Amino acid sequence: MSTDTQSRSGSGDAEAGDILRAEHLVKSYGDRKVLGDVSIRLSPGELVSILGVSGVGKTTLFNILSGLLKPDSGSILLADGEGGMQNIAGETGRLSYMLQKDMLLPHKTIQDNVALPLLLKGMNRKDARAKALSFFDQFGLSGTQEKYPAQLSGGMRQRAALLRTYLCGNRVALLDEPFSALDTLTRTSVQEWYLKVMDEIRMSTLFITHDIDEAILLSDRIYIMKGSPASMTDELVIPTPRPRDRDYMLSEEFLSYKRQIRAIL
Amino acid sequence: MSRRTKTAEWLTPILFIGAALLIWQAVSMSGLVPNYMLPSPIQMVQALVKDFPLLMKHSRATLIEAGLGLLIGVALGFSVAALMDAFPTARRGLYPILVITQTIPPVAIAPLLILWFSYGIAPKVVLVVLVSFFPMAVGLLEGFQSVDEDMIRLMKSMKASRWQIFRHVKVPAALGQFFSGLKIAVSYSVIGAVIAEWLGGFEGLGVYMTRVKKAYSYDKMFAVILLVSVISLLLMGLVRILQRKCMPWAYLNEENK
Repeated sequence: MSTDTQSRSGSGDAEAGDILRAEHLVKSYGDRKVLGDVSIRLSPGELVSILGVSGVGKTTLFNILSGLLKPDSGSILLADGEGGMQNIAGETGRLSYMLQKDMLLPHKTIQDNVALPLLLKGMNRKDARAKALSFFDQFGLSGTQEKYPAQLSGGMRQRAALLRTYLCGNRVALLDEPFSALDTLTRTSVQEWYLKVMDEIRMSTLFITHDIDEAILLSDRIYIMKGSPASMTDELVIPTPRPRDRDYMLSEEFLSYKRQIRAIL
Repeated sequence: MSRRTKTAEWLTPILFIGAALLIWQAVSMSGLVPNYMLPSPIQMVQALVKDFPLLMKHSRATLIEAGLGLLIGVALGFSVAALMDAFPTARRGLYPILVITQTIPPVAIAPLLILWFSYGIAPKVVLVVLVSFFPMAVGLLEGFQSVDEDMIRLMKSMKASRWQIFRHVKVPAALGQFFSGLKIAVSYSVIGAVIAEWLGGFEGLGVYMTRVKKAYSYDKMFAVILLVSVISLLLMGLVRILQRKCMPWAYLNEENK
């Protein structure tokens, strides 16, 4: 049983080869400091969870990472694919963002919904549709292209939302509690499916959740975000290879991680 | 909905309207009210048939005024709603003005419009613009503002421009309200045109109304009132059809039944 919890201050010790590195992010709303000194790193293909109670500032952090908000200080470095890192703080469109609600547009068919990021980038409708359609099989969406979101189940809609996120074309996805609106059974199957697809498309994922079980089940690493102003107080590595099946949730190892996290929170 | 309740859905109002017409017919035949004051429904229809070609000519004039005014009113309503949506200052400043203008009855400003724009088509069109503009502007603004804040965040995270957000998210989200507003605006526009015609003009159902009133032709008065309401109903029906064509996603459940 290997559980190594370590407190990290900053990310000066981040290994080379990170795809994303947020360093010393600070953000205040007026007098209220929400983020103290938040640092995160993400390796290619990794799924890292950020676990914290509601209201701790997780969404603020994601808004900063996605470029919707500017940090007061700190930097967000994204690998440029040529060995260098580029500061993208305050820039939108660099990381793909997916929310809890599927946010599909009710008036667009699934294929047009999914093709939206391509259209926004200026691709013409025909090419955008064709490119979107070419992924429908892989994402388990065959036969839904002409349907409207209202005609699909919650799980299917979330798949479509994920394909749209993927077609944003970035190598890092920010997932803000994407499965929490689904019912338990659907959630399980969508989670498993997500891990499979994520590995196939080589997406690196930062994942917000307040669900401890979900975090342990899905993640390679877990950051625990705590305090006011919030910072990453602890980091937990889950070395057991993914995908982990349901039985893993009954294992002694799983429970010991869970106890550990609950003690921290 | 079962077939039976569906039938009841349209049969009930027809039965009620039929009963009301029968009572009306009976009252006017009984002589309780002098016949020249309250012609029977049959006399009303007879008058309509007799003057039909003339009525069509006048309808044409009224419809042109209403259509032109509606077109401008809708365009103006759309622009103002878009402006108020894009600029909070414009919204705060303009909204109260819009509401205040709606407390002025159109009948009250119609004479003024005639003084300003003379007896031609202009004062009618302007009045129609004034009455159709408000329901469009308010409906559309509400629609634009109904968009989920998270949807806008998501669009921004995808680097969408304001125009792209407007086009892909806000306009489609406002279509429902657009058509609700349009239904109201369409019926207002016919009424507005008729009111403006009352006060002076050469052609139109309102002009016809004032003429037959001077001749005490009650049956023709009733006939033209019937015609105005039929025209309004037809136009509202047209809007409904247009809405179904433009918003297929809003009628998915009905198709499944």
